[in-house]
Amino acid sequence: MSTKNSIGTVLTEGLWRSNPVLILLLGMCPTLGVTSSAINGIGMGLATTFVLIMSNLVVSAMRGIIPKKMRIPCFIVIIASFVTIVEMLTQAFTPALYKALGVFIPLIVVNCIVLGRSEAFAYKNSVFRSLLDGIGMGIGFTLALGIMGTIREILGNGSILGNPLFGEHFSPMLIMIMPPGAFLTLGYLLGLANYINRMRARKGA
Amino acid sequence: MNMKRIVIASSPHIHSEDTLHRVMYDVVIALIPAMIISTVFFGLRVLAVMGIAVISAVLFEAGFLKLAGHDRIRSTAFDGSAIIAGLLLAFNVPPTCPFWIVIIGSFIAIVVTKHTFGGLGYNLFNPALVGRIFLLISFPVQMTAWTKPTFWKADALSGATPLGVLKTEGLAAVQDMFSIQSNFIGTIPGCLGEISAAALLIGAGYLLVRKVISWHIPVFFLGTLAVFTGLFWLIDSGTYANPLFHIVSGGAILGAFFMATDMVTSPLTRNGQMIFGFGCGLLTGIIRLFGGYPEGVAFAILLMNATVPLIDRYTEVKKVGL
Repeated sequence: MSTKNSIGTVLTEGLWRSNPVLILLLGMCPTLGVTSSAINGIGMGLATTFVLIMSNLVVSAMRGIIPKKMRIPCFIVIIASFVTIVEMLTQAFTPALYKALGVFIPLIVVNCIVLGRSEAFAYKNSVFRSLLDGIGMGIGFTLALGIMGTIREILGNGSILGNPLFGEHFSPMLIMIMPPGAFLTLGYLLGLANYINRMRARKGA
Repeated sequence: MNMKRIVIASSPHIHSEDTLHRVMYDVVIALIPAMIISTVFFGLRVLAVMGIAVISAVLFEAGFLKLAGHDRIRSTAFDGSAIIAGLLLAFNVPPTCPFWIVIIGSFIAIVVTKHTFGGLGYNLFNPALVGRIFLLISFPVQMTAWTKPTFWKADALSGATPLGVLKTEGLAAVQDMFSIQSNFIGTIPGCLGEISAAALLIGAGYLLVRKVISWHIPVFFLGTLAVFTGLFWLIDSGTYANPLFHIVSGGAILGAFFMATDMVTSPLTRNGQMIFGFGCGLLTGIIRLFGGYPEGVAFAILLMNATVPLIDRYTEVKKVGL
């Protein structure tokens, strides 16, 4: 049970051992949809992290008064409130990012990680532990999306965070910033994650 | 091959002379006429493109096998399948294609399409075609830089393919610029290996005689394409090209005889192969007449590749007497 884990484990769980993208395969929709550049991936990751932390906090704080049979609708209302906040904030302060992420910001409401952590963790754990869990999971998600976005941007656009890497004679592989590139990148990243885990298990055994 | 002999008892058995090597090198032999035509029409650079594609494909194959800890690297890398993948990839690029693009295509074909799915026999999609589509989408400028055949001369003139002209300028312009005969012989701009229907048909005939391929997929592929485009031609022959034009231009012949018949990525049963060929022809016709790209053979074959496991399941032969 997760309640027995130490505070440090709760925080680091989401970084690798239960990384939402690479290990749990949750939140595939934004992972594939918005990682056409590093900044989009990181922006999406941070927006989700904010929602994750806040909804974990509120769900955990209200876990005594949310009836068990009604918990999913309650979670959704809480999550949707924070998504609305994020949507309005990005629209006001980072309009370029808001335009790039488009429909994927409102879709954070139905992101499996956010609902999944409310259901699996925050509803059963204290406020402080839920906060750490939200931070860890959020950073793990942001890291995975950032890596995806960076790989795709380098190969598909020849730049990193918008700065051109190669000379002007370089022809980028356009397919990598199109949907097929997302699937290819995710597939090879999952393969790499499995490989690393297998190597670690072999070393540990 | 020094495998231990398996002694089989009972029943008369027919021993097949087919080996992987024989089948693969038969395909290489069948591609030779098209290689010669292409070299004559586009010049010696074509040989360099084909050489680089084949060498890089074999090297990627050997390199991957080495990384994967495979034993018998040499015999597997030279089983002919990598050579054919490289050769067919070269057949699918324009004659002016930069060498580094060819090498990227080889990597996609061998490492991503073939070995990521488990190597020869396990790949779901035709490696050379995935390489081609990857390159076409990634490098649209270099992959559509067509030149007119120059007959050994060094000066290259750019010119659109018949299907490209049909898509952008309409039927009248095509009929002005290209005759059915020039399409058949191959004096047209196009991919390196697809230009000459005649040369490809000679090779296809060799494969049919050697029973490397059966007639089912090509006939249903080209037949469906002819019927589909023929229907629209009958309705409005002022807008739509005639079915013969559609068969001899673009990659239809190359695709129908050499790509769609790939043993790994086509159905096992005769009925399945007919469904497969029908689907390829129909999709090619739809993409050519109504799609965004002028040519649809590669997309059609890849889409039908994805349906092969389903087709195989629905056309499974009932075993009698077991």
